[in-house]
Amino acid sequence: MTAHALEGGFTEASVQSARAFREILEAMARPGTIRKIAGAQPPAPLSIAAGVALLVLADPTTRLHLAGDADCPVVRDWVAFHTGAPLASAEDADFALGTWSALHPVSRFRIGQPDYPDRSATLIVECDRLAPHGPCLTGPGIETAAWLNLPETAAFRANRALFPLGFDTLFTAGDRIAGLPRSTRVEAI
Amino acid sequence: MYVAVKGGERAIDNAHQWLAEERRGNPAVPELTIAQIREQMKLAVNRVMSEGSLYDPDLAALAIKQARGDLIEAVFLIRAYRTTLPRLAGSLPVETGAMAVDRRISATFKDLPGGQVLGPTFDYTHRLLDFALMAEGEPAVARAAADDAPPASRVPHVTGFLNRDGLIEAAAPDDISPPDLTREPMELPADRALRLQALARGDEGFVLGLAYSTQRGYGRTHAFVGELRIGKVAVEVEIPELGFAVEVGEVELTECETVNQFKGSRTEPPQFTRGYGLVFGQSERKAIAMSLVDRALRWRELGEDDTGAPAQDEEFVLMHCDNIQATGFLEHIKLPHYVDFQAELELVRRLRAEADPMQEAAE
Amino acid sequence: MTDQAYNFAYLDEQTKRMIRRAILKGIAVPGYQVPFASREMPMPYGWGTGGVQVTAACLVPGDRLKVIDQGADDTTNAVSIRRFFQRTAGVGVTEATAEATVIQTRHRIPETPLAEGQILVYQVPIPEPLRFLEPRETETRKMHELEEYGLMHVKLYEDIARHGQIATSYAYPVKVEGRYVMDPSPIPRFDNPKLSGNPAIQLFGAGREQRIYALPPWTEAVSLDFEDHPFHATKAPHDCDLCGAKHSYLDEVITDDTGGRMFVCSDTDFCAGRRAKGHVGRLGEAA
Repeated sequence: MTAHALEGGFTEASVQSARAFREILEAMARPGTIRKIAGAQPPAPLSIAAGVALLVLADPTTRLHLAGDADCPVVRDWVAFHTGAPLASAEDADFALGTWSALHPVSRFRIGQPDYPDRSATLIVECDRLAPHGPCLTGPGIETAAWLNLPETAAFRANRALFPLGFDTLFTAGDRIAGLPRSTRVEAI
Repeated sequence: MYVAVKGGERAIDNAHQWLAEERRGNPAVPELTIAQIREQMKLAVNRVMSEGSLYDPDLAALAIKQARGDLIEAVFLIRAYRTTLPRLAGSLPVETGAMAVDRRISATFKDLPGGQVLGPTFDYTHRLLDFALMAEGEPAVARAAADDAPPASRVPHVTGFLNRDGLIEAAAPDDISPPDLTREPMELPADRALRLQALARGDEGFVLGLAYSTQRGYGRTHAFVGELRIGKVAVEVEIPELGFAVEVGEVELTECETVNQFKGSRTEPPQFTRGYGLVFGQSERKAIAMSLVDRALRWRELGEDDTGAPAQDEEFVLMHCDNIQATGFLEHIKLPHYVDFQAELELVRRLRAEADPMQEAAE
Repeated sequence: MTDQAYNFAYLDEQTKRMIRRAILKGIAVPGYQVPFASREMPMPYGWGTGGVQVTAACLVPGDRLKVIDQGADDTTNAVSIRRFFQRTAGVGVTEATAEATVIQTRHRIPETPLAEGQILVYQVPIPEPLRFLEPRETETRKMHELEEYGLMHVKLYEDIARHGQIATSYAYPVKVEGRYVMDPSPIPRFDNPKLSGNPAIQLFGAGREQRIYALPPWTEAVSLDFEDHPFHATKAPHDCDLCGAKHSYLDEVITDDTGGRMFVCSDTDFCAGRRAKGHVGRLGEAA
């Protein structure tokens, strides 16, 4: 384990994770809104927001899939030390972290069971930036319409068609985070 | 003129103060110590540990004192404390075959290796009030030490004798970690390990009533007490850094194994089956009851008929055996419900008005 | 043991993570009941343990918490829960709906419209809307899976056949976004319209039954009804005797033993706010 792995976690876990969760909750409850979260300094290539999201949500009871560049020794060590989340294949993961292309094909991820739709994966998608324009979002959490620069629309439309099954997505870039639950309808514009 | 009911905070404070005074009772009477409760109310302590799912006689005694002897309230105190404790490690399965037995009886054999050891039991006492205990001062107690032969260091299980002859269903050990309903939501259908956990924590009275109902024909299982044993066992924890297990303490347990009739099926020749009970401390009523209910709940895996008996109904048993859940929900109807009642009042008035418009008009 | 011996907002971090994950899944599938490993809390099951756990998982320092029971801030259980969070989370508290960031409620939705940025946490005794029609969890889970809600319609229709109207006055079921039938907790049906299209996040916690569910903002929640018997929100046909409000939910208070009674807003903050602005009801006194 690298010495670096021991650093970059929360300094005051209960309060920092509470603040970050509130932002994640608002992000997931209001798809398309972009929130700011802070408190962690994860090693590259993880963004601050992705690192914070892991600290808030992952622990030894959740299986984590690291995809692409995120699947490197320094990240693995950091995740192991700070969350204790066991690493897993895409098919078994509760959380999956990576860029959109690294996570592809997303049809690999768990979508829940008809009687337990909650048993599905949450994807943490690393993006270059988040911006409130692009594909149009409608559905629960959105008064009329919202817009977000999604990496593509087809996969999310296919995911919505599975409702109430499907995966849920958090997009991260720097210290910004946005949410896209499976319930959101996505239209390319 | 209506005055809004204010002063909830003050009312609560006053109630708590009064409660503290009531707990203490007459200050002229010496206060109970935790040690006195632990030593002299041991069976109450055992029940609180068992249903509280926390082996700590001192804390259980404290809970009993704080709860003014209300054992369900004491269980609640222990549960609420337990849930805040970190999980440092999981122990290895305890080896009840290596139990240092204080009591060990079998109803199925007259005598057996390891012997019948009566131990400290109410059995065969005549239930006559002992007014000597009422007198001040310590009654003379002669320790009846060596009436029972000192038990062998390793007392074999009765079911093991039957197992050797293939007369009882095999119960092969496995390495699967049992589920934990204090950390995962209960999911039905439940496997046997989960059912046993729920029953071990379950209310003694509820489990007793269910077990009794099986004896009276509601899901009859023809149970014999193959063996009931009470004593201390070592608790061991494997330390990954060391690569071996170390003993971290010992707990007193009551274990009951029933031997039940089984007629056999198309694929299985007739043989005996098992019911199992295991609880903290000396709690043999609970352990026996648990093993009967365990056996009744196994009807499906043993290919028996569902007779519709309550003790066979896993969902009914597991969803209702927890006395902390039950007492909380039962007693919550003391809380104000006037908003809902108001809604019902209006509904009833409206229905009545529509049912009898003439009467309404007459008013 | 001192309060400092407990973590911020009482629950340990592992428990809060578990609850937070359940909340997010609940948000993602509106109206679906997410199982969660409810902990034993230092108050009894049935007294708000689900709501308390959800609130504990959501609170941040700087929140202003409002707790109501039957619409009132000063009912004993509301006082007890508010105190619990003052002690364990050190958050600010308020009785003013508009000032609160988190509101924990039992049996009411405040009259004052909620806004973005607010979270309304409901205490739920029986989260399963089908429970009194089918007591088995294994069966009701299947019914939700198959969207088989005929039993509920039959029940409501039997009401109409017998009484000429739907005889469910509280805990009136809603269908969320055309998919899951959901129990809104025992709020009077007067409050049902406020569930739908609400800008606040609505979270529902059932501790004993180990379920969390949610309505994200602006989510559609339609009270079940029939074309020829549409849903009506109902209340006592009176105005508030203290503040004169015509459209707030009223408590009936018996004032003597000869049939005297008065009707007052169940939402104490709403009523006090109106009186402070000079509204006076039949028996009120000018502020």
